[in-house]
Amino acid sequence: MARATVLGRLSWRVATVTSVAPETSRAVTVVLDVPGWPGHRPGQHVDVRLTAEDGYQAERSYSIASPPGDPPLALTVERIDEGEVSPWLTGVAGPGDVFELRGPIGGYFVWDGDDPDPVLLVGGGSGVVPLMAMARHRARRAFRTPMRLLYSARSEEDLLYRAELDDLAARGDGFDVVYTLTETTPRGWTGYDRRVDGPMLAEVSWPERHTSPAFVCGPTPFVEAVANSLVLLGHPAGRVKTERFGPTGGGS
Amino acid sequence: MRSDAGDRGPVSRGFTGRPRDRSVGDRLPPGQYLVQDFPVLSAGPTPYTLVDKWDFSVLAVDGSRIARWDWEQFRALPEETITCDVHCVTKWSKLDMQWRGVSLDVLLEGLDVGAAFAMVFADGGYTTNLPVADITDGQAWVATGYDGHDLEPEHGGPARFLVPHLYFWKSAKWVRGLQLLERDKPGFWEGLGYNNYGDPWREQRYWGD
Repeated sequence: MARATVLGRLSWRVATVTSVAPETSRAVTVVLDVPGWPGHRPGQHVDVRLTAEDGYQAERSYSIASPPGDPPLALTVERIDEGEVSPWLTGVAGPGDVFELRGPIGGYFVWDGDDPDPVLLVGGGSGVVPLMAMARHRARRAFRTPMRLLYSARSEEDLLYRAELDDLAARGDGFDVVYTLTETTPRGWTGYDRRVDGPMLAEVSWPERHTSPAFVCGPTPFVEAVANSLVLLGHPAGRVKTERFGPTGGGS
Repeated sequence: MRSDAGDRGPVSRGFTGRPRDRSVGDRLPPGQYLVQDFPVLSAGPTPYTLVDKWDFSVLAVDGSRIARWDWEQFRALPEETITCDVHCVTKWSKLDMQWRGVSLDVLLEGLDVGAAFAMVFADGGYTTNLPVADITDGQAWVATGYDGHDLEPEHGGPARFLVPHLYFWKSAKWVRGLQLLERDKPGFWEGLGYNNYGDPWREQRYWGD
């Protein structure tokens, strides 16, 4: 497959918002029209730059939620109340609004689908976004590589992409999703109801763990705990790829 | 090697941004924002290297080891307190960080350096490349302490490289040594789209910046 490799300069491009759809009470998916967008790989991110009337600028990084090959580029953004860019993207931006964007960025936390080993995805909160790009890529390209997502959120209402994830899992083509809710669970909840820990990862991760790649994305304490547990379970450290999110992970 | 810093992009309707913090003055490079906490960013799991298994080596251009200190020897070297601002390519900056470390000038003293570049290497397989001119003359340290205590593993302990005038990915966590190079070559992030040099004041985040 053609890979969107980053060659030469990553220039700022003007992105025009084509739609903003709520995902949860705190997160939206912003679909963009970016003329000249060079394409991306699942797991990559972009830099967003907003400019105020007086010339003041603020930059932040956001993961790409859409799979490669989709003409519209989609970002899912969670509002960080004390943040500077996410309140604008989640609360102000609407169709026709413009900002600057450059990317794609990051060539390590990526899954192209050409690795035949079963893949484990572990996402905490909005850390599921780059993992969703991988799951969508797998579905779109009809890859049969087993893929399992362990997704941790505070409550059922905080789960991003719930319906789509359940649909993907219902296809029975080797994708499945396991949820854990860390704060509140609805009546009749049958998933996990605690923070991701070693025993949970032992139950969820692949028995072929010695070769399986794992992608872990979320807030720093989540990523530290999950990555440490995976290494203790026998995953080679070099197969555990991590990306941090949230106020202490470079987002906002 | 131009930077976009200062380019005026299209105004994003209704965006005002944070109150402009004049007290920071000119200490914030373009595109950066201030944090008070100490974020953690790394590409893989944190290695937990015990100090009795740790050493720091300097390798010559042919790969031969020309200097080595174990933990005890290293901690006996003259240390400095370094107060510096740190700028991460993911956009956060933290001012007046206080480190304890050994200057590269001490580590390279008396060695036949004779090379223009260095590849810093670390536990976990991480590497980053730098010009030797950027790690000498009081510009770089191997830090073992932060904010009055020993450096924690998630922040690179037992020891990390510290080269604060470049983006923070150049300050390799879990550092174990450096190899001198006659010719420059990209390290880990430098081979994955990040800038070869990484000057935050010229906003050299990515290739071509």
